[in-house]
Amino acid sequence: MSGRLTPGIAAILGLLAIYLLAAIFAPWIAPHDPLRQVLLLRLRPPLTSSPAAGLFLLGTDDVGRDLFSRVLEGARASLIVGALSVSVSLLSGTIFGLLAGWFRGWTAVFILRVVDIVLSVPAILLAVLTVAVLGPSFTNLILVLGLTRWPRYTRVAYAQTLQIATLPYIRAAEMAGARAPRILLRHVLPNIAGPLMVVATTEFGLMILFEAGLSFLGLGIQPPSPSWGSIMSEGQNYVARAWWMTVFPGICLFGVVLCVNLLGDWLRDRVDPRAQSR
Amino acid sequence: MLNHIAGRILQAVVTTFGVLTLVFFLMRLSGDPTLLLVPQGASAQQIAELRHELGFDQPLIVQYGVYLEQLAHGDLGESLVQRMPVSTIIAARIPYTLELAGGALLVAIGIGIPAGIAMAVWRGGALERGLAALVLAGQSMPTFWSGILMILFFGVVLGWLPTSGVEGVASLIMPSVALGALTMAGFARMTRIAVLDELGRDYVAAARARGLSLGAVVARHVARNAAIPVVTVAALEIGNLLAGAVIVETVFAWPGIGQLAIQSLAARDFLVVQGVVLFVSLVFIAMNLLADLIYAVIDPRIRVGA
Amino acid sequence: MTSVPMSGSAITPALAVDDLTLAIGGVSVVDAVGFSIAPGEVMALVGESGCGKSLTAQAMLRLLPRQVKQAAGRVLLGGEDITALPERRMRRLRGRRISMIFQEPQAALDPLSPVGAQVREASGLARAASRDAVRRMLAEVGIADPERRIDQYPFELSGGMCQRVMIASALIGGPAVLVADEPTTALDVTIQAQILDLLRRLAAERGTAILLITHDMGVVADIAERVAVMYAGRIAEIGTTEAVFAAPRHPYTSLLLAAIPRLSDAPKSRLAVIEGSVPTPPEYGVGCRFAGRCPLADARCVAEQPPLRAMEGGHLSACWHAERVA
Repeated sequence: MSGRLTPGIAAILGLLAIYLLAAIFAPWIAPHDPLRQVLLLRLRPPLTSSPAAGLFLLGTDDVGRDLFSRVLEGARASLIVGALSVSVSLLSGTIFGLLAGWFRGWTAVFILRVVDIVLSVPAILLAVLTVAVLGPSFTNLILVLGLTRWPRYTRVAYAQTLQIATLPYIRAAEMAGARAPRILLRHVLPNIAGPLMVVATTEFGLMILFEAGLSFLGLGIQPPSPSWGSIMSEGQNYVARAWWMTVFPGICLFGVVLCVNLLGDWLRDRVDPRAQSR
Repeated sequence: MLNHIAGRILQAVVTTFGVLTLVFFLMRLSGDPTLLLVPQGASAQQIAELRHELGFDQPLIVQYGVYLEQLAHGDLGESLVQRMPVSTIIAARIPYTLELAGGALLVAIGIGIPAGIAMAVWRGGALERGLAALVLAGQSMPTFWSGILMILFFGVVLGWLPTSGVEGVASLIMPSVALGALTMAGFARMTRIAVLDELGRDYVAAARARGLSLGAVVARHVARNAAIPVVTVAALEIGNLLAGAVIVETVFAWPGIGQLAIQSLAARDFLVVQGVVLFVSLVFIAMNLLADLIYAVIDPRIRVGA
Repeated sequence: MTSVPMSGSAITPALAVDDLTLAIGGVSVVDAVGFSIAPGEVMALVGESGCGKSLTAQAMLRLLPRQVKQAAGRVLLGGEDITALPERRMRRLRGRRISMIFQEPQAALDPLSPVGAQVREASGLARAASRDAVRRMLAEVGIADPERRIDQYPFELSGGMCQRVMIASALIGGPAVLVADEPTTALDVTIQAQILDLLRRLAAERGTAILLITHDMGVVADIAERVAVMYAGRIAEIGTTEAVFAAPRHPYTSLLLAAIPRLSDAPKSRLAVIEGSVPTPPEYGVGCRFAGRCPLADARCVAEQPPLRAMEGGHLSACWHAERVA
């Protein structure tokens, strides 16, 4: 895959734009209230319409809520969780990585040890444990994802900082009296931003998967608020009677993650043409 | 070689210690862990008694010491819900998770590694594009969705496979595929890169100049060299496999430790949750250590070298 | 280009190349190159990096990088045209009729296999029968204590030793032609001399024809009986080393010879350099490719490609002003 803007990558960006717009404007696009239950119209297949309630584009769920509106609202949840958790872990992970790469020595040993430790606990299980202790909530979901995902950024930021910090022009700036925070922000950070963005992109895809997975397990977004994961979890009970409840949110989730992963590969080739699609 | 191994073991010990400490403090993140453990509706006196019984009224550092000492004896505490040692509860579920992980690993390695090699050897061809699509799908597919789709298609529509529970090998097929897909993608990508890396090296050209076919060069030389980075990733992937089991076991009602963790969470049986987390983390650390040791055995520069 | 400068003898050359043209995406990077080598003869192909000498070497074994295509020409191995051989047949020739050694001996050996196994690989012999053969071969290329070395790994051997192992692996199949791509560039000066001695001895004793790729005129003078000077994908001058060195008839050759630093040079005297840079394949144009850097270039040089012509010394030069080259 080359680094140029091909029709393929344009299509991917287009699909992601649709996802963003749908997520942001969900409340205005949604034809129905995603929480309103009409038990008489439960488990109706896609394109059902009733004179009183109107069209149910993707059908209804087990308590008669409009699936299309819920999937839109689920897009919103995944975007918010993905964006927030990536921001939290990107920021904290980068700071730790910069510190480790700049000070080296014991600071780096300590930070890298902690990175190893956190990476040794599988993120889902760490999430299960944290939710067990703190209870499931939106804030805790962000906290868990931020807590478990920063080491990825730290590793990249550390390795890159280490390389750059020893370059003559950085040492020259240091000797000219520039202070460490200034050097890190003005000289080092812009140089490591590319690789970090690549990590952030693939992590964004992962975070969306995590949000859906944890919500599927009942540990993420709490009902009745819709999430793609929780809709599918409810739908699994009716998989034989109402395939649409699992198929549509699944397609959305799969499609978004696929596009994000493709975008990540493309960015990686642009940032570092030598490192093929890793 | 001995130095290398000793260093790795020391590292693993430090990491283990760190994980134990992390879990210890996480469990106390809410302030009073007693409140997590008591049955709902307990009186203040019952709570105080339990707090004393469990030692939660002691200073933190004493609790920490007791916690480490118990763990050193393999004691994960006693489930207050089931009135059984946590280790016994977990041990009963481990075989199921191992079966599932084994099946998933079979899928992951059996497809991922040949696919990765093929993508590297025939790069630029139609085969590579096809396999790349498969890998990308595996990487982007949520396990619970692929699980439900398989249940819908092979279980409900076609009626070929049991949709949940444990009914012999047949019931292992779908969970293994669902769980193995992501790992398969990881193996394929890693193998592709490792093989591509090696194919560009002089020794490949030299071996071909000696009259070896490309296939023979890959089998005799490239495979082993490429195995070194793949083995390291394999350990990480196996750890992820155990974590992924939490979701897959829930989808397929598979009675392994992942399902146990979720069930225990619902039943407020937190020591069991803690036990599962500790167990999986230790397995993960052990796998990494094992990878380092295998690495040392494959690579003569470490095996024979100073 | 029809004039294939054959070596003097009447016997079939071990390797003959005629009108060889290699292209990357339709742009030719090696253009109508021809030469031949007699059994036991050492011929050097000399030029700057990027002149196409390494691609030419790889084309001898049909092991070109995938983006490089042979657009025209023939490669004759003992009189047999290998250009159109199916890959299966070609594979049987590699190691047995023609083989190759590389610039970085340590990189050219699989780090995870014992060196003996890698030498044996080329022999086509079974494990049991071949251990003796491998040991003899290692001894022949001057490796002391081959019984011990045979089971060691490349990282346990020095660079010079690794190059000896490479030579052993290249020669154990008894090939008539050995292509040596910068075999001494990565080695220390003293080791360089030893490896060159070894190659010269093997060529004489075994009758192996050696095509030596190098950028170093010093190496050419040390070992090669004949030399072809390449510039920007074409042969500029070709002939016996003696004749070419004594009376170069191409301005590029003469500048290359002047650029060799000598111990007799006054300390701190300036190194001779050739002004300008080598054109890249898209910049080749219709005239002489050296015209842009050549002190003798005139309008004809820019407009018209000079053919290889016979000179007084018995060698060939592709220069309109060959007679004026000092």
